[in-house]
Amino acid sequence: MKPMTITEKILARHAGAKEVTPGELINAKVDIALGNDITAPIAISEFKRIGAKKVFNRNKVVLVPDHFTPNKDIKSAEQCKVLREFAREQKLTHYYEGGEVGVEHALLPERGVVVPGDLVIGADSHTCTYGALGAFSTGVGSTDLAAAMITGELWFKVPESMKFVFNGRLRKWVSGKDLILHIIGEIGVDGALYRAMEFTGRAIDNLSMDSRLSMCNMAIEAGAKSGIIAPDAATKAYVTKRAERPFKFYASDEDAVYSEIREYDCSQIEPKVACPHLPENTKNVSEVKNISIDQVVIGSCTNGRLEDLEIAAKILRGKKIAKYLRLIIIPATPFIYNEAMKKGWFDIFLKAGAIISPPTCGPCLGGHMGILAAGERALATTNRNFVGRMGDVKSEVYLANPAVAAATAIKGRIAHPDEVTK
Amino acid sequence: MKFNGKAWKFGADIDTDRIIPARYLNTSDPKELAKHCMEDADPTFASRVQAGDVIVADKNFGCGSSREHAPIAIKASGVACVIAKSFARIFYRNSFNMGLPILECEEAADSTESGDVIEVDMSTGEIVNVTKGKRFKARPIPPFMQELIAAGGLMESIRKKGAV
Repeated sequence: MKPMTITEKILARHAGAKEVTPGELINAKVDIALGNDITAPIAISEFKRIGAKKVFNRNKVVLVPDHFTPNKDIKSAEQCKVLREFAREQKLTHYYEGGEVGVEHALLPERGVVVPGDLVIGADSHTCTYGALGAFSTGVGSTDLAAAMITGELWFKVPESMKFVFNGRLRKWVSGKDLILHIIGEIGVDGALYRAMEFTGRAIDNLSMDSRLSMCNMAIEAGAKSGIIAPDAATKAYVTKRAERPFKFYASDEDAVYSEIREYDCSQIEPKVACPHLPENTKNVSEVKNISIDQVVIGSCTNGRLEDLEIAAKILRGKKIAKYLRLIIIPATPFIYNEAMKKGWFDIFLKAGAIISPPTCGPCLGGHMGILAAGERALATTNRNFVGRMGDVKSEVYLANPAVAAATAIKGRIAHPDEVTK
Repeated sequence: MKFNGKAWKFGADIDTDRIIPARYLNTSDPKELAKHCMEDADPTFASRVQAGDVIVADKNFGCGSSREHAPIAIKASGVACVIAKSFARIFYRNSFNMGLPILECEEAADSTESGDVIEVDMSTGEIVNVTKGKRFKARPIPPFMQELIAAGGLMESIRKKGAV
């Protein structure tokens, strides 16, 4: 057998082939097909238009209305209604709303809906998040979702893989978010176009699952088809208590072929900030400390998990946020929301002057729950800082990790966490 | 398929938020989306674009979100074809799946200016800048994608395979 990467092995298995080669077009079976309140209405309308009656498997089609929920206006309510009626008609086992809904890419791993070794497609670009579990997972469009809902299969071009090796130990305040921002800063927003990004090395071995999820989440911001981390003991501990289905661990062969291998010394990587208007415009936080900020958002599929809220609580404990600044904290799922409340972090956030939002994608994509006016500037733990992303076309978004976000909220300008802690 | 229209030139990394901002994603009605097409890149685009016009852009066109609303908005605005140095992968898939003609051609992207008259022959990949009197050849469309187009898009190809 020829040596293969983890990505090639998962694709070969789902295509029913012994091996696959980058560039090859395959038809592969999907384990999970996901849609949300923005993308699924188009998929459902295509599904009906060509006369389909039943989804290929009611356990494998997942609908999560998370973007404009709780419904922000009448049109959004209509879109969510399309999902609800389809879920009811097709008896979908994985449909979440109201007090059960969370940001899809935080919710699915947490509930064990996606598992290691899966092939997952989602009509949402951040579907690449599940690579953190050792799954092949990629974002597609609504028509692709419709096709997968009907046939349980989809066409793929086998991607070349790029390997990113992180050696050494992370510095204080540095998380998975900073590692991925560091990469994007180096290779650019199309530096991994059409390719799979594989993250490995001692620092990745020591990385928490929450940090691995936030790292793989942003593979798309380098143009990649997917991001992936080979599963290990930490993955096993995370999925064992959650997995709904049997899972399988894959690993790259030692002599697998990569289009490029890049190595990093983590002791050289500081907390990062991506400046407007592209995630590749990264700087060290110490280089951008004089920039005043109107709104800080801590949440999203990138950084709305327990580890993220924990570090924010640690920094905000006993502190007040700057006057005239809004701090919006969005726990990504009901479980995270409840845990944060039980641990007393809500007290810390509320005393500091923060707003706590129900789980939603909300302001990340300029939907609702924190839109920016012209000339306003936000620092967010989200994943995109495109022109007009969070509101007016003349507003700006800076991206950073939750520790930098919390420090920034206290100072009213971009701040290093060391500035507000002893 | 042959097209002839005026070029609208855009830069690199035009993301899907600029093609169709998320504030308009509470609908998937193509006519509604077309009213806001390219709004955050050029607010005058939607009111001035003519049927048959061509978008010409630098690298990584359509990066960002998976929203199919982006190619839908472009197609519904009357744009016949998008030519770019390269496309972000989800936008590329979406365009073939829903039937927006797209071509990759570095030279055409470099030498075209807004307002130039462009002729495109999708079957040969030949691009002519009539205004400048220059001819270009786009990167060939992979045979698999040509089959998808010939079948009438992904959904039609599924129907023809008898999967419904």
